[in-house]
Amino acid sequence: MSIEARERRQPWILLSPALTTIGLLLFVPLLFIVVYSFWLRTATGADQAGFYLDNWREALSDPFYRDILLFTLKIAAITTLVCAVMGYPAAYFIARSRGNKAILLLLLMLPFWISYIIRTMSWINILGVSGALNSLLIWLGIISEPMQMLYNQTTVILGLVHFLLPFMILNVFVSLEGIDVTLEDAANSLGATKWEAFLQVTLPLSLPGLAAGGLLCFVLGAGTYITPLVLGGPTDAMFANLVYEAIITQLNWPLGSALSLMLLVVLGVLVMIYNRYLGMAQLMKGLG
Amino acid sequence: MSSVTLQNVVKRFHRFTAVHEVNLEIPDGAFVTLLGPSGCGKTTNLRMIAGLLDPTEGEILIGGKRVNDVPIHKRNLGIVFQNYALFPHKTVAENVAFGLKYRDVPKAEIAGRVQKALDLVQLPDVGTRYPKALSGGQQQRIALARAIVIEPDVLLLDEPLSALDANLREDMRVELKRIQEQIGVTTVFVTHDQSEALAMSDRIVVMSAGRIEQVGTPEEVYNTPASEFVASFLGASNILPARITGQDADTVHLEDPLFGAVPVPAAKAPALAGASRAKLVLRAEKLQIVAAGAPTPGMIAAPAFVETVDYQGQTVRYFVRVGNTQMQAINMIDERPYAQGEAVQAAFRPKDCAALPES
Repeated sequence: MSIEARERRQPWILLSPALTTIGLLLFVPLLFIVVYSFWLRTATGADQAGFYLDNWREALSDPFYRDILLFTLKIAAITTLVCAVMGYPAAYFIARSRGNKAILLLLLMLPFWISYIIRTMSWINILGVSGALNSLLIWLGIISEPMQMLYNQTTVILGLVHFLLPFMILNVFVSLEGIDVTLEDAANSLGATKWEAFLQVTLPLSLPGLAAGGLLCFVLGAGTYITPLVLGGPTDAMFANLVYEAIITQLNWPLGSALSLMLLVVLGVLVMIYNRYLGMAQLMKGLG
Repeated sequence: MSSVTLQNVVKRFHRFTAVHEVNLEIPDGAFVTLLGPSGCGKTTNLRMIAGLLDPTEGEILIGGKRVNDVPIHKRNLGIVFQNYALFPHKTVAENVAFGLKYRDVPKAEIAGRVQKALDLVQLPDVGTRYPKALSGGQQQRIALARAIVIEPDVLLLDEPLSALDANLREDMRVELKRIQEQIGVTTVFVTHDQSEALAMSDRIVVMSAGRIEQVGTPEEVYNTPASEFVASFLGASNILPARITGQDADTVHLEDPLFGAVPVPAAKAPALAGASRAKLVLRAEKLQIVAAGAPTPGMIAAPAFVETVDYQGQTVRYFVRVGNTQMQAINMIDERPYAQGEAVQAAFRPKDCAALPES
């Protein structure tokens, strides 16, 4: 075999274990879901195989689903924005710190060693009626009765930010790390203040990282069902909770499949839009 | 344009002292080079003048005004960085115009000044391109254009040629000097490359281990090194221990165990008054290798034999053994170089020697 032929084959050989795993565990089940979404759940509770559009008609025409989809996208958008505003300065601080960068990154990774569900539930101990914050406020005499702080939209966003912030910080950090620090020196020497140099040079060059972090936060935030389940109230259900409800509670797999595909398509379209934008961003990064 | 003065400048990083008590006067319009090996403090000095580092002690003056507390963006300096530091997301024209935006230059005037700067660096047509699309040498010129378009008081060049390949480096050297002479800006140039320093500078400041070893014109530092370090850093030198046998108005008489009596011109043997021992400094280019038995009129000669021949086309570098000492000679080649192992004579004119105090 020629060297070129071998080199052409090599990536596929190296990729094959990952591709096989993804194929079997992701694409085959996804195919099942597509097939399921066209089945019909009969009055007896049995699934009837076939090609029925009833689930899709219900998912697409019922305003209930549309409103929850919009609510989901809103919560994900707010979470992403909060993560960006909180995460960027943190990432900048880590990227520009000397010596203790490894420790700071380790601290950033630390939460990943604890289950996401446990981390989410820990807020009950902090914000709950007999939680740490209420106890402290009562002890300080600021309030006499415990406040109900949990189970609303704000706590859902809080939980999501807690979960997603490290993803944002890591993505922004990586892009900041790739920016030559002498660029800021150069901007300063030409008359720009530190802040102007940041706005003119560092911020635009780090936008690809911010966009990547934003996409990750948005997609993970929009697809979550544990956070609203644990920290949300009855009206804070997000779209993934509907899927959970349909499949686990009502055992209506065909409808659950159609709903989950709907969310997949919406988020897929967002990723495609981002991809077009990333094309430009990558170009900008490539120029560096 | 302005002069630059460093008064008793010290820079410490924690317990390490990078710059010791430096005093330096850079006159208005001069091209001054800070020359030394890596870690000698030359870049630290430049960064302190730039305002990228604060001096631990001492004063820095630009145009006679103390600038210790003036932040970098108010110093009006043009800096060319080693890696050019062009903004990758801006076009060449936007890069060059960057500094003008902060100087209240009317919008209508900006384009004209950018074009003038691009003309000056002989790249008039690249304004709409991105830095990535330019070669290293072109990026270098754009970095220079960006630094001079703001009409800085001082131009600071931090090893700007070191990232270029050898041929381009020599071209840019000439180019840089031409541009500097044309605009007449006070220039501080940092390099570890002695040939760049010798070719471009009005004055060279040789630094070692955070201290200034010598300040002088290229000829002065080359021909009359003030220390053994300067003698060995600028080109290859032979340094021999010698005894002082006498001194008069224009000659210092040295006695060297290999060559015997060597009368060194007093002008090239400063700071020897009262000493009994000295070091004889002889540049490798001034040591002539001649055939054994050939006459050496006006020269002092000793028998030698060739140990190593380093052939370089036009010139050849010999390592010869004289007595028990190895000496280096760089000679033009006449017909053919001497062969390894050949018995020859090592000879020099006493007026080409310099003498240093024994430290």
